[in-house]
Amino acid sequence: MLRTENVTMKFGGLTAVSELGIEIAKNQIVGLIGPNGAGKTTAFNVITGMNAPTAGRVIFKGEEITGLPRHQVTRRGIARTFQNIRLFRELSVLENVLVGCHLAMDTNLFAATLHLPSYRRKDREARAFALELLEQVGLHGDAGELAVSLPYGKQRRLEIARALATRPSLLLLDEPAAGMNPQESVELMHFIRRIRDQFDLTILLIEHHMQFVMGICQKLYVLEYGVTIASGDPAAIRQDPKVIEAYLGVE
Amino acid sequence: MRLQRTHLYSLAAAAAFVVLLVAGDLFFDSFTLRVAHLCAIYVVLALSLNLVNGFTGLFSLGHAGFMAVGAYTCALLTMTPEQKEMNFFLAPIVPWLAQVHLPFVPALLIAGLVAALAGFVIGAPALRLKDDYLAIATLGFAEIIRVVLTNMQSITNGALGLKGLPMYSTTWVVWPCAALSVAFMVLLARSSYGRALKAVRDDEIAAGAMGIDVFRVKVVSFATSSFMAGVGGALLGHLLTTIDPKMFTFMLTFNILLVVVLGGIGSITGSVIAAFGVTILMEVLRFLDGPMNFGFFETEGRPGLRMVVFSLVLMGVVLFRQRGLMGNREFSWSMFSRAGLLPRPVEGKDSRA
Repeated sequence: MLRTENVTMKFGGLTAVSELGIEIAKNQIVGLIGPNGAGKTTAFNVITGMNAPTAGRVIFKGEEITGLPRHQVTRRGIARTFQNIRLFRELSVLENVLVGCHLAMDTNLFAATLHLPSYRRKDREARAFALELLEQVGLHGDAGELAVSLPYGKQRRLEIARALATRPSLLLLDEPAAGMNPQESVELMHFIRRIRDQFDLTILLIEHHMQFVMGICQKLYVLEYGVTIASGDPAAIRQDPKVIEAYLGVE
Repeated sequence: MRLQRTHLYSLAAAAAFVVLLVAGDLFFDSFTLRVAHLCAIYVVLALSLNLVNGFTGLFSLGHAGFMAVGAYTCALLTMTPEQKEMNFFLAPIVPWLAQVHLPFVPALLIAGLVAALAGFVIGAPALRLKDDYLAIATLGFAEIIRVVLTNMQSITNGALGLKGLPMYSTTWVVWPCAALSVAFMVLLARSSYGRALKAVRDDEIAAGAMGIDVFRVKVVSFATSSFMAGVGGALLGHLLTTIDPKMFTFMLTFNILLVVVLGGIGSITGSVIAAFGVTILMEVLRFLDGPMNFGFFETEGRPGLRMVVFSLVLMGVVLFRQRGLMGNREFSWSMFSRAGLLPRPVEGKDSRA
C-alpha cells in the first residue's frame, strides 16, 4: 500500500528523518513511535506532501508520490489529522466535514455559485455523507455548532470525520489519543478498528500512549533522532533493548 | 419547494426595493440620485474587496489598480471616435483603438474581463506571499498600474485623463449590477466553493490536506474579485464621466477598505449596509469641509475635515467592535423574529441553508 524508500529530510544542518523505510500492507494498522523530536511528524509531513524529502522516494499504491503538492496527495487517497488540531475555526462542525467532501464533488466556481442541477445533486449527496460521518463519530448532535466551540475530545473526532470525508484509503493519525483519559482511549481504539473495517482503510498512527499503541497496532516503527532503531510486531518491540533504552524506559 | 413565510418577506422586500428605485429615479434631484448611484457602485466594490479580504483571507490593497484598468477599458471602448480625437490632442490615439466603439454592456463585461486578467497576472506571483507582505506587494502593483496608465500617452491620454465619457451609470445599470454582485456573493458563500475559500482563510495547511488546491483557489478568488473591481471602476467612470490616473490612488482603496472593515470582514450584509452608510455620510458631512459659523466664532474652510469623522469612527470600531458592524454574520429574517419584531418562522428551516 505505502512504501517509503530511504526517505531523508534535512532542515539546514539538522537531519529530522534519515533513511526511513516504512512498508504498510492494505488494511494494516501501523504505529510510529519514539521520543519527542524523533521525526515522527516530519515523516507524516513528507508522506502527505507538506514537505518534499531531501532524498528518497514515497510510493503509494505502486505509484511514486514523492514531492507531490499536498492536495494532489490527498486526491490519491491519503488523508491525515494534525497533532495540534487544525479545524476551520469559523465554520460549523457540518461545514468542516463538507470541506472534506469538496474534493469528491469535483465542482468549479460557476457550477457551485449558480447551483446548477449537477451541483445540487452532488451537494445533497455530500450533506448526506457528511451527516453520516458525524453520526459515526458521535457528533451528529453538534452539526450546527462552531467547530472551535467543541470540547477537545470532540474536536479530535471531528478531525477524523473531516479526514474521512476525503474518502481516503490510507489514513494518517497524528496522536489521536492525546489528552484522552484511559476510558476514552479504549473507545478510540474500538472506533479506529471500526472505521478501518467500515471504510476499508489502512492506518498509520503516531502515539505516545503505549497501552493504546500496543493494543491496536499490528506493526511498529520506532524512531530516535530521525533514525529507525527498530521495527516489527508489538511483542518484539516491547522486548527490544534498544527501544527500552531510548524510549520505553527500564522498569 | 414549499413557499415559506420568509420567502414571502424576501419577495416583499425585493418588490419594495424596486418600487423605491422607480420612485427615486423619478423624483430625486440629480445630486441625490448621483449619491444613490454611488452607493450602488460602492456595494459592488466593497463586495469585491470582501471576497478576497473577508472570505479568502488575503489581505490585498490593490483594488484601485483593478478599478483603473476596468474604468479605462470601458471608457476607451464606449467613447465615440470624435470624442477620442478631442481628448487626445497631445499625442494621437493608437489607430487600433481610435475606431472602436461598443455598446455599454459588452464594454462593461470586457472591462471586467481585462481587470480579471490583470488580477490573474498580478495574483499569480503575488499570491505566493502572505499577510502584510501580500498587502505591500498588491499595493505596489496597484501603483505600478497607475504609473503605467499615466505614461501610456497614446492609449490612455496619460495624466490628462479622459473626459466626456457617456453617462451610462443610470439607476437601471448600477442597481442591477449591485443586485447581481450581492446575489453572486450570497450564492458563492453558501456553495461548496465558498466553503473552500473560507477553509483556505481559516487554515491553509488543513485546507491543503483536505485536497483543496490552495494556490489555485486563491488565484480564482483574486481574479474574480478583480473582475468585480473592474466593473465597479467602469461604473464609477461612467458616473463621473471623467477619469484620470490620480483618481485611482491608494485613497480609493482605503475608502473601500473602510467600508469592508466597518461592515464586518466576511459579511455580505455588513458590506452592503456600510457601503450605504459611508457613501451617504461622505456627502452629508461635506459641510465640515466648508467654512462654519458657530455664532460666536467662525472657521475657515478646511478641505478633508470630514475624513476626520471616518478616522474617529474607524478608531471606535477598532477599540470597541473589532469585528465591525456585522462580524461575519449575515442577514436573515430570523434575526427579526428572535428580536420579537416578526412572528417566529416555521421550525426546521435551516438559516445557514
